[in-house]
Amino acid sequence: MQKTVQYNVEKVRQDFPILQRIINGKPFIYLDNAATAQKPRQVIETLDRFYKEYNANIHRGIYKVSEEATAAHEEARAKVARFINARSPNEIVFVRGTTEAINLVAHAWGRKNVGLGDNIMLTEMEHHSNIVPWQLLAKEKGASLKYVGITDQGILERYEFQQHLQSGAKLFAVAHSSNVLGTINPVRELIREAHKTGCCVLVDAAQSVPHMPVDVQDLDCDFLAFSGHKMCGPTGIGVLYAKGNLFDEMVPFHGGGEMISEVHPYESSWKPPPYKFEAGTTNIEGAIGLGAAIDYLSNIGLRKIRLHEREITAYAIDKLSRTKGITIYGPSDPQARGGVVSFNLGDVHPHDMATLLDEDGIAVRSGQHCAQPLHERLGIPATTRASFYLYNTEDEVDRLANSLERVRGIFKL
Amino acid sequence: MSSIYSEIILDYRNPRNKGKLDRAQIRAKDTNPLCGDVIEIQMELDGDSKVKDIRFNGMGCAISQASASMLTELVKGKSLDEARKISKEDILSLIGGQLSAVRLKCALLSLKVMKTGLYNYIGSLENAKEELSSL
Repeated sequence: MQKTVQYNVEKVRQDFPILQRIINGKPFIYLDNAATAQKPRQVIETLDRFYKEYNANIHRGIYKVSEEATAAHEEARAKVARFINARSPNEIVFVRGTTEAINLVAHAWGRKNVGLGDNIMLTEMEHHSNIVPWQLLAKEKGASLKYVGITDQGILERYEFQQHLQSGAKLFAVAHSSNVLGTINPVRELIREAHKTGCCVLVDAAQSVPHMPVDVQDLDCDFLAFSGHKMCGPTGIGVLYAKGNLFDEMVPFHGGGEMISEVHPYESSWKPPPYKFEAGTTNIEGAIGLGAAIDYLSNIGLRKIRLHEREITAYAIDKLSRTKGITIYGPSDPQARGGVVSFNLGDVHPHDMATLLDEDGIAVRSGQHCAQPLHERLGIPATTRASFYLYNTEDEVDRLANSLERVRGIFKL
Repeated sequence: MSSIYSEIILDYRNPRNKGKLDRAQIRAKDTNPLCGDVIEIQMELDGDSKVKDIRFNGMGCAISQASASMLTELVKGKSLDEARKISKEDILSLIGGQLSAVRLKCALLSLKVMKTGLYNYIGSLENAKEELSSL
């Protein structure tokens, strides 16, 4: 296979101190990146510097250090906006993560715009975080959930999508990239079709923004949500993007300090967005750390990261499929998938698989990956998932493949 | 590193005491939602104090199924009092290795089921809640 010339994975690896660890006597191989990513020195040092040099609450302190913290926080918002090509930092609200972002939309947009008898369209490959908030909303409002099915290869059934659109869906909430199948959905086309019928679209970009260039203006999505910790940033920080003046028309999510303009005993008025949705003291260092992660990823280049992951994924699918008795889920075309490879090996329970791989220092995820409806659709109780990021190597894939042979031996497959 | 699986795999592939009993006085069943493990245990008593026969049935990960096989072999022929005293440590030494906290639940599921049935039979299930929740 042809290598990407400018990508130096060994140099990237040196930025991640945790990759130096030895687990059970073996070099640590971290293949659970769809759950959370490791952190480079640049992010760790940014957090360290914040605590040591300019920790203060933001927006309200009339002193130098608070002004520095406020400036860094708002610079992080601007970095996020540039990173996903939003028109303005005012389209960016900081939240705890993708889950909170989706709940925010369900609450602050959904309660106003979804009513009795309305349809909310989801897909069979959604993460629980893009299912449960809509179930809660549908129950409260007497609305219905409609699911777009998938093929056995994990591709969306387009005619079902069109049928649901024609029956008048108010909102389409869809994963950009599946956290189990790896499928990259053609969200740009889907959004275009949805908008023709007046259907609003939320993109769960938790598995895409960390791994590939995402341009919200090009996609033309109404909402886009992602988490900082899956893209080398800290946990507890995430982003909700809303297009144009959508935030203006939404009701507050949480009430409290910082989100208000004026508070009187019986009524209050709100600050303009994004602050209207950032009640209380927010995760200041989280936002600044996310800004550092964005700088880090941007310096390497999202296009290069995507190419590297595509090569690793293609290599992994090719290599692992030679293991006798393995079933790999999701699209066979590496162009159509992100760096996620879920599989089963014979009758080995995925949790046994994960324990055995851990003995070899390999960290994978096993279970249903917060996608129980998808596993029901696939007719399997669970899967083992290896997910890659910018620091993973073909050598690590080889070692995973060797470990699978060891598992086959132990289980006498 | 030697795997605990090299010890337990025999019991997983060739489980002992798997099946059902027609005349069991003690029956209990429980699940471990993490792995989707299910274990059901039936015990037939000799008089009122000795386990004459024991069977388990279930599905799930190798650790849960193999430990059930090993436990039933250990319990067979024991008095109810002896069976009651089987501890977490006894099961771990049967398995022959260390387990992460999460996987411990798989290993101890059959012990929990066996003890639930036993305490239920001797009428002291209420008093054993704390012990059972520690498994």
